[in-house]
Amino acid sequence: MARITAGVCTSHVPAVGAAIDMGKTGDDYWKPVFAGYEFSKQWIKEEKPDVIFLVYNDHATAMDLRLIPTFAIGCGDKFDPADEGWGPRPVPVVQGCPELAWHVAQSVIQSDFDLTIVNEMNVDHGLTVPLSLMFGQPDQWPCRVIPFAVNVVVYPPPSGQRCFNLGKAIRKAVESFDDDLKVQIWGTGGMSHQLQGSRAGLINQEFDNQFLDRLRTDAEGLALLPHLDYVRDAGSEGIELVMWLVMRGALNADARELYRFYHVPASNTALGHVIYENSM
Amino acid sequence: MALNKPYSDIPGTTVFDADMARRGYHLNQFCMSLMKPDNRERFKAGERAYLDEWPMTEEQKQAVLARDYNRMIAAGGNIYFLAKLFATDGQSFEQAAASMTGLSRERYREMMLDGGRKPEGQTGE
Repeated sequence: MARITAGVCTSHVPAVGAAIDMGKTGDDYWKPVFAGYEFSKQWIKEEKPDVIFLVYNDHATAMDLRLIPTFAIGCGDKFDPADEGWGPRPVPVVQGCPELAWHVAQSVIQSDFDLTIVNEMNVDHGLTVPLSLMFGQPDQWPCRVIPFAVNVVVYPPPSGQRCFNLGKAIRKAVESFDDDLKVQIWGTGGMSHQLQGSRAGLINQEFDNQFLDRLRTDAEGLALLPHLDYVRDAGSEGIELVMWLVMRGALNADARELYRFYHVPASNTALGHVIYENSM
Repeated sequence: MALNKPYSDIPGTTVFDADMARRGYHLNQFCMSLMKPDNRERFKAGERAYLDEWPMTEEQKQAVLARDYNRMIAAGGNIYFLAKLFATDGQSFEQAAASMTGLSRERYREMMLDGGRKPEGQTGE
């Protein structure tokens, strides 16, 4: 039986990817950011997951305004790094896990979540920056990845409650898969940030730290936080945090927070990162 | 009955909702076209001519030519689409964000290093 052994959440700031790609991780500005992932890189080397179920958002890359799926699951064999306007990131092609992805799609749709099935798409920094943060710069990513894109660009995004419940449905789906796979679920994006308008540059450390605390101790309550509160308190792009609730919903209520890191600023963004171990 | 917009009084913030997505459709799809290197070159070679291939409003085209991101957002632009435009100009999110606040890049960077803008409804400096 496949099982979800751990959850990881991290911001997916594009400038972090650029710093890695351009060899700037040792610069004074970036050093403290990457120091915050040293533990995680060591941890995942020992954990050796078979598959990562990676919840992220596409930033008008594979999905433009012609098609706007709320939830899209990548069921293809592989996903190429996208050219977001600066040229594609120099990172390995992402190898998918079609057999598990299709299984999850069927099970989750039958649990009343209407997923869009995607067989071909390029993946942007939302997916590749978390991989780089956790695995560094290998020639090949060390495991397979199921990309799962959530619309947080066009209003309305799915609610926190919906995302939390989706996590539960994903967990049920994974656990009904026969192969003995070690699966991790990752939620990405956030934390507080706003990239647009005269309020750009907003950071709310108090909100972020409460979010991190409640994710651990009161995830059910946190899931009730309305869209308006994210936009007002965590900035228009802070709404990405609902994707962390997918991760949390897929783990047991008593899952253990193994690691936490928080740093301001990473470009325009408050960067957050947690690792949870699922209880068995 | 009109749709409820509880977010409309948040200062300095445009929520990319149904009205904005409709208004900005061609502006945003123009930006998407800049994901292709050939299109980036064609746009750089003649911005006005390239823009005239798109059924955008004159206001949208003028906002693009002026690189006025707040004006583009008011005309229905979404930041992740507009990112293709400032990427074509070789700019980062930080530079583009600074331009929208009216701060110099240096002053914006300092504000971020000091912990960013406080959430209590401030805009600009």
